[in-house]
Formats: sequence, C-alpha cells, structure tokens
Amino acid sequence: MTNEPSIHVDHDEAGANIEHGDHENAYSGLLINDEHWAFGTDFEDPLAGVDTTVPEGVNAQDLAVYCQMLGDDALIFSQRISEWCSNAPDLEEDIALANIALDLLGQSRLLLARTAAADPSLVPELPEGSPVPDEDRLAFFREDLAFRNVRLAEVPNGDFAEAVAKILIYSTWRLAIFERLQSSRDTVLSAIAVKGVKEMSYHRDFAGRWVLTLARGTEESKSRLLTALEGLWPLWDELFETHPVEASVAAAGIGVDPAEVADEAGVILDQVFAAAGIERPERGALAGVRGQKGRDGLHTEALSKMLADMQVVARQYPKGQW
Amino acid sequence: MVDPNAQSSAVQNLKQRTARKGASKGGVVMTTQINESELEAQFAATIGAKDRIEPRDWMPEKYRKTVVRQVAQHAHSEIIGMQPEGNWISRAPSLRRKAILLAKVQDEAGHGLYLYSAAETLGASRDELTEKLIAGKQKYSSIFNYPTLAYTDVGTIGWLVDGAAIVNQVPLCRTSFGPYGRAMIRVCKEESFHQRQGYELLMTMMRGTDEQRASVQESVNRFWWPALMMFGPPDDDSPNTEQSMEWGIKTHTNDELRQKFVDMSVPQAEALGVTFPDEGLKWNEERGHYDFSTPDWDEFWSVVKGNGPCNDQRVAHRKRAWDEGAWVRDAALAFAENSAVDSAPTDSPETPTADTADTTAEEAAK
Repeated sequence: MTNEPSIHVDHDEAGANIEHGDHENAYSGLLINDEHWAFGTDFEDPLAGVDTTVPEGVNAQDLAVYCQMLGDDALIFSQRISEWCSNAPDLEEDIALANIALDLLGQSRLLLARTAAADPSLVPELPEGSPVPDEDRLAFFREDLAFRNVRLAEVPNGDFAEAVAKILIYSTWRLAIFERLQSSRDTVLSAIAVKGVKEMSYHRDFAGRWVLTLARGTEESKSRLLTALEGLWPLWDELFETHPVEASVAAAGIGVDPAEVADEAGVILDQVFAAAGIERPERGALAGVRGQKGRDGLHTEALSKMLADMQVVARQYPKGQW
Repeated sequence: MVDPNAQSSAVQNLKQRTARKGASKGGVVMTTQINESELEAQFAATIGAKDRIEPRDWMPEKYRKTVVRQVAQHAHSEIIGMQPEGNWISRAPSLRRKAILLAKVQDEAGHGLYLYSAAETLGASRDELTEKLIAGKQKYSSIFNYPTLAYTDVGTIGWLVDGAAIVNQVPLCRTSFGPYGRAMIRVCKEESFHQRQGYELLMTMMRGTDEQRASVQESVNRFWWPALMMFGPPDDDSPNTEQSMEWGIKTHTNDELRQKFVDMSVPQAEALGVTFPDEGLKWNEERGHYDFSTPDWDEFWSVVKGNGPCNDQRVAHRKRAWDEGAWVRDAALAFAENSAVDSAPTDSPETPTADTADTTAEEAAK
C-alpha cells in the first residue's frame, strides 16, 4: 500500500458506454449518465429556473441582507443539529434530527441563493476561475462578523433536553414568521416560506412532543429539561428584536417584523409549558456588545469555532469542484 | 421499542408462506404434532427448494444462532458505519455535498433499523444486541476501523466500500431467512444509490484541481486493500462458510466475491483516472479474471482482533451515545406508562419502516 500515486487525468468519456449485463453487478450503470443518476447531483443552482427579479419598490440590498439573515439562521442551526448524527439517544431520534437538519439546510441554500441573486455584491470574491457557486461562497468564505444569524442558532449543543428545547423555541418563533412570509411580495421568499411552513410544523411537533415526554417522564428528565430551558431562555428576547433591515423589508411588504410575532410565539410556548406542567423560565435577556447582537454580526465565542470547522475544506480548495 | 411494522411484516409473510406451502405440500404447516426428525426434514426441504425460512417456522437452534449473529453483525456495521463518514458532515465543502452526506449517513441509521427489526423476529431485541456490541461481544465490519482522513474519503467509501458491500449483499437478497432477505432488497437499492454518489464525487474531484486529483489517488490507495478484506478471510481460512452455504444463509464464498469485486473495479478505476496500489494487478486471459496480490491477512486479523486504527474509538463512541441516551429512553418509557396520552414520540413519523411490509410482500410474491 505504499506505492506512489500515479495520476491519470484523462477522465473524459472513456468507458462511458461500458455496460455490465449482469443485474447483480454492483456497478451496472455506474458509468452511464441518466436523469436520476444520484440524488443531488442533477442541479447546481437551487433557484435554477426561478424568476429572481426584485419586485418593484423594493430595496434590493435590504432584500438580500434579509434573506442572508434568515439563511444564516437556518444554516447555522442546521450545522448544530447535524452534530447529533450518530449521537442521538436512539436510532429513531438520530433519523429525526438528521431530517430537521436537512430541512434547514435546504432552506438555507434557497435563502442564500436568493441573497446572491438580489445583490451579487454581497457574495465574497474568489480567485479568477473559481467554480465555487454563490451559495457556497456565502457559506464558506465569510468571517463570523459577516454572519447575521441570531445567537440562539449558534450556541453549542448540550444534552438531548437542550436539543429539543432549542428546536421547540426556534421552530415556534420561525414558524410564526414564515406563516406571514408566505404572503411576501417577493415570490421567491413566498415560495421558500410555503415550503418551510410544512417542514417546521413537523419540527415543532417533534420537539413539542419530546418536551412533554421529558417533562412528564422521570425526575431526571424533568430536571434536565428545566436546566436546558433555563440556559436557553436569555436568547429568547433577541428573536423578537427588530433590526433596521427587518423594519425596512416589513414596510415594503416582502419581510416580517419579528416583533409582530412575539405575542403569538409566546402564547404557543406557554401552551406547551402548561401541558407539560412546567413554568416559563424567568431570566433576563442576554445583552449585546454596544447594543449589537447576532443580526448585527456580533456573536458568541462559539460561532467562529464552528465556522473554522465548517469552512476548513472549502477554504483549502478555493478553486475546487465539488 | 419493538417496531410494530416488523411484526406485521412477519405476520404477512407468514400468511403468504402458509398459502404457498398449503398449495404445494398439502397443508403441512397445519399439523400440530410433528416429531423432531420430520421438522428437520421439512427444514431441509425448504432450504433445498430455495424457499424462505420464516420466523415462526421450526429451525435448528444453530441456524437461529447463526442468523441472529450475522444479522446483528450486519446491523452493527450499519450503525458503526455512520461514524467514519459522519466525521466529515460538519466539514463538507459545499452545501449540496453536506446535504448528500447527511442524508447518506441517515440512511445507514435506517438500514440499522430494518436489520435490528429482522433480528427481533428471532427474539433478539435491539437493546440486547446493542449491549453486546458495546461490550465487544459482537463484531461489525472491520472496514469501519479504518480512519477517514480527508473529505475525499467520503467518495472513496461510497465507491469502493459501498461497492464491496453491495457485492456481498446482493446475494443476501436471496438468503434463506425471510426477514433478512427482504430487508436486504431495500438496503441494496439504497447502497447502490450511495455508491453512485461516491463515484460521482470522485469523478467531479478528478475534473477539479491537481490537488483534488492527488487527494483522490491518496484516498484510493488507503482504501483499496481494506475494501478487498471486506469479503472476509480466504476460503481455506473461513470456518463458518461451509455450514452457512449449506443452510443457504451464504450463497457465494469469500474468494469468489472478492474476485468479482476486483474484476468490476478495474475498469471503473480506469474511467476515473486512478490506479490501485497493487503491482500484481493484471488481466489473466486464461482465467478470464484479473490476478491480484494477496491482501495483508496479518493486518486483517490484527484489526479483527481489536487492534485496528479505530476499533476502540468506534465502540467508545457508540457506547457513549447509548449510555448518554439511557435517561431519554427511560423517560420515554416512564411517560408511556404514567400517562394516558399514547403519543410518546419514540417512533418518529419519518422512520422509514412504514411501508416495508408492503414492499417486501410484493417482492416475495414475485
């Protein structure tokens, strides 16, 4: 196994028509291109074929930054949840958490692609000839200060109680926003919201049922759940603070002012708490730095570490093809 | 957490088999008092006819043990197999590749579920088998005791490791124990999908930069020999093969499958533009097969016996996840017992076993 690698680069159509007749052949069709060759390999641009014209009277940069905020929330939270893969309490939960991470990842791809289409100047520049698509430039070639996700999305994972409490909080908040976003004047955002509402209804249901189960399970599960909620609660208020960009897109009829959904989200959460027989935690909101928080690009220490890991391979190959 | 689908599947299959047998053998299964030798003869006849043995059929105790051992080992391999590739989910270099990888590792958890369910039809619970795995009393495929050192390994594992697994597993779709064979039909379809994804990743990287091409070759060099070892020891050193073939649990010998894999892989490597690290690899006109060098069986046995690069790490990871999840599983049980609410979400709606019964009944009918 110590032979020096010898590299052939003549990778073209050689053998493209080799066919293996035996239906038991694991490789049958491997060299043949057909439409359904392999999942996820048949498209590059998640918004391919979609009209991405910015609606009249809308500030394109605000639209782009708004999509980036929502896209970063989904991307960073997806990244955190995907850390559960192979670590969940049982196989069913492993599969369910991976599903949630996949849904959020899908949302982030659409939102970041919308960002790039609305304002290409936000997309990081790479060396001449780099084939890296816009969504990946945005995901892998920005520093933490350029990420606009809320801090709830980035805080490090705790135990399973922390996971379901965090998913419940996130999806309750986000679902209320996406329900309104379905009527956005931007048809792309509206379509993304319609898809997201279905997905996040399931996420909220999954997390809500587990919160109930843990609250009414054993002494230990209840105590772990209360600890988790206590730890997450300082991040709740930030979810409903209005950033100037959010105010602008809300006024233009393409975005949602998160302050508008605070009451509704609070009521839903209180219903879950009531059913679970637990109290809403009482903790003050996590302060920012000079008033700046996640939406302004001011994060916890956890984000830059997460990005160092997430971005390392992409940055190693700025001209790489994937 | 007994999977209700596994049961209903077993019941359906049993009905189907009873119907078939009734037609061909005059309702033998309805007889209540049959002595041991008659049962053995019936079992042998079923095997001889390449028919399926179902969970409620009589079977020799050694057959039951062998099937449980093999299915458990297979289920464990799927679950442990989540780790080497899972190692790169957080670092996947594009969002599209991240989604593909996460979905693939998730599929492996699903395969583990089907297989543990198949073992459950013989009375071996998932909890019991998992305890055996983390106590080191049951094994899993040794390939997963090799490290993944580059994201590229995700592609190589898809191409070579999943490829070898398919060569091993396709014959198992016709294995004599019904629930195992039917689970394998589904597993094989998804594995072949994964294999294409892996090959496609490598193909894409070969069209990229020089560094990417070098990374593909380096990764293939590391995985070629371990992939060949996946077929198990040479036939003259494989103690279980003979009995397993007689019982129709195994249908090809290790060396036959290994040769088949080599013959298939060489043209793929050429199309990709990589070489395999074996000076002895060349076409033998007379045999109609590729000749290849002898794998390092000392390394193989060393890894099997627990000294592979990642044996301890893989089992410790599984043990940690299982131990740390104990309070959650306890809470779900307590909730179900304490509460009138029957909606403890221990089986997620996404659990992909829901339609297994129908699929397998159809497959069996063919």
